[in-house]
Amino acid sequence: MAHWKNIEEEAAAVASKETSAVSNVEKALKLIADNETYGAVLSILQDRALERAKQIDQKIANGESVGRLAGVPFIAKDNFLTLGGETTAASNILKGFQAPYQSTAIEKLEAEGAICVAKANLDAFAHGGSTENSDFVVTKNPHDITRVAGGSSGGSAAAVALGLAPFALGSDTGGSIREPASFCGVVGLKPTYGLVSRSGVVAMASSTDVIGPLTTSVQDAALVLDVMAGKDPLDGTTIDRDDSYLPSTHQTDMSSVKIGIIKEYMGDGLDDEVKNVILKAVEDLKKAGATIVEVSMPSLPLALAVYYIVVPAEVSSNLSRYDGQRFGYSATDAKTLDESYELSRSVGFGAEAKRRIMIGTHVLSSGYYDAYYKKAQTVRTKLIQEFASAFEQVDFMLGPVTPEVAFKIGANADDPLKMYLIDIMTVAINLVGIPGISVPAGLAHNMPVGLQLMAPQKKDRDLLALAAIYEGIKHE
Amino acid sequence: MSKLSSEDILKLARLARLHLSQDEVLQYQKELSSILGYVEQLDSVDVSGVEPTYQVTGLTNVTRTDELIDYGVSQADLLKNVPTKEGAYIKVRRMI
Repeated sequence: MAHWKNIEEEAAAVASKETSAVSNVEKALKLIADNETYGAVLSILQDRALERAKQIDQKIANGESVGRLAGVPFIAKDNFLTLGGETTAASNILKGFQAPYQSTAIEKLEAEGAICVAKANLDAFAHGGSTENSDFVVTKNPHDITRVAGGSSGGSAAAVALGLAPFALGSDTGGSIREPASFCGVVGLKPTYGLVSRSGVVAMASSTDVIGPLTTSVQDAALVLDVMAGKDPLDGTTIDRDDSYLPSTHQTDMSSVKIGIIKEYMGDGLDDEVKNVILKAVEDLKKAGATIVEVSMPSLPLALAVYYIVVPAEVSSNLSRYDGQRFGYSATDAKTLDESYELSRSVGFGAEAKRRIMIGTHVLSSGYYDAYYKKAQTVRTKLIQEFASAFEQVDFMLGPVTPEVAFKIGANADDPLKMYLIDIMTVAINLVGIPGISVPAGLAHNMPVGLQLMAPQKKDRDLLALAAIYEGIKHE
Repeated sequence: MSKLSSEDILKLARLARLHLSQDEVLQYQKELSSILGYVEQLDSVDVSGVEPTYQVTGLTNVTRTDELIDYGVSQADLLKNVPTKEGAYIKVRRMI
């Protein structure tokens, strides 16, 4: 829903006093209040947002320079630490938690004048693909309120689809930006691993976690990435950035571009209507001059098994800090220290967090480590090698984001393995560390379908350029 | 190998510092067995001569200057989230 112009235009309108930062914040807060029924937002940062907006308007009135995102409101997934309100990761164990500092990503956006107005719902601790695992509320899909918004950044995707703010932030450990973006019909970018600092973002699986934007256009996603990307002394895994991530708006020639369509993602289990949308996208890209070939990576069907060993292992380690002693929920009726840990964690964690902690503990435990964890990390190497050889043949790869469109709320709730299978086409690039993006490509069963585009490691700018071209040609 | 007993589940819960109800033990016994059954498809993969990958950036020994950064955060801000405290101390149950 087009309540906002693109980010650049919104910032320009504030800077030229056509509108003001305060009126933008008030507008976003009203839209959030009017759309409460979708469960996209967990909390608002009203006082801090309005105060920052006033400061920005004052600066403009004084003729001082303001940043590239001056007065542009945004919504952050609630696993980003933010000042001025709670950061819960949608979990009971962090209910009421007041972050003492902000994530680097938020700091960088604020330095350019953007204003965080609210915190978006997610699967608790980002564990899930539907936002049904939130300990507080289920996010509904803006295109059909009986269906899920996807996850784990479901609140962020729904917020952008509803037009509550010009952009939102999400995190992607195994598809958590791309999948809800596909389900809700918005753009979702998963950058190269290490390109954006994760300092101040609640850790899920440290070897695959990345953060990125959800937006209504590729241009907006590129701008937000351009502000957030780069090395951060507070995150030792960050890598060097390119000078710019903004794709040229005039670039449309694709005669030298070769794209691989991933064979393993187009076979059994893919919904026919979803497949047709992807094949239509392939035709559009061909018409624009791109060369399309089929690529095959035989280990790809194993990626999900690798993922569901590596990730729970890292989850169980990262969630061990929630012990009920220094912050978060603490059981008052415990008699001993051990009992205090056990009762605090048992009440504070939801079923999915416990499930992943248990799997992770199992695959890392003595006698099983080699068979599960080490084996999975070795198959991961095979995946990396197969992606590298595929990228020797092609510049980019493409496929669907998910085998099906957004499912009905509750449809997969009784079987965790079935829920995990939704991630089958998104997890591989997290394990490999390369960038990917979901761009709206059409409708299947009257629900949005995203086209997933992937590029080699650190080729985020090329990926955004391709995505911008596709976005421009797809309706022709 | 993938079939977990209720004793296995209780052992894992103990290692992970989770207290589980009887219903949860049965639930996780079933669910974890099913998930582990799925991931065990890796058993048949030949990985001879392949080394594991634990991180993908290629970065090694990343360090930064050991200096004090002023976040403007007070002791009171940090203690605000502490469940039980006494003065400026975090209060926990006795350990020994």
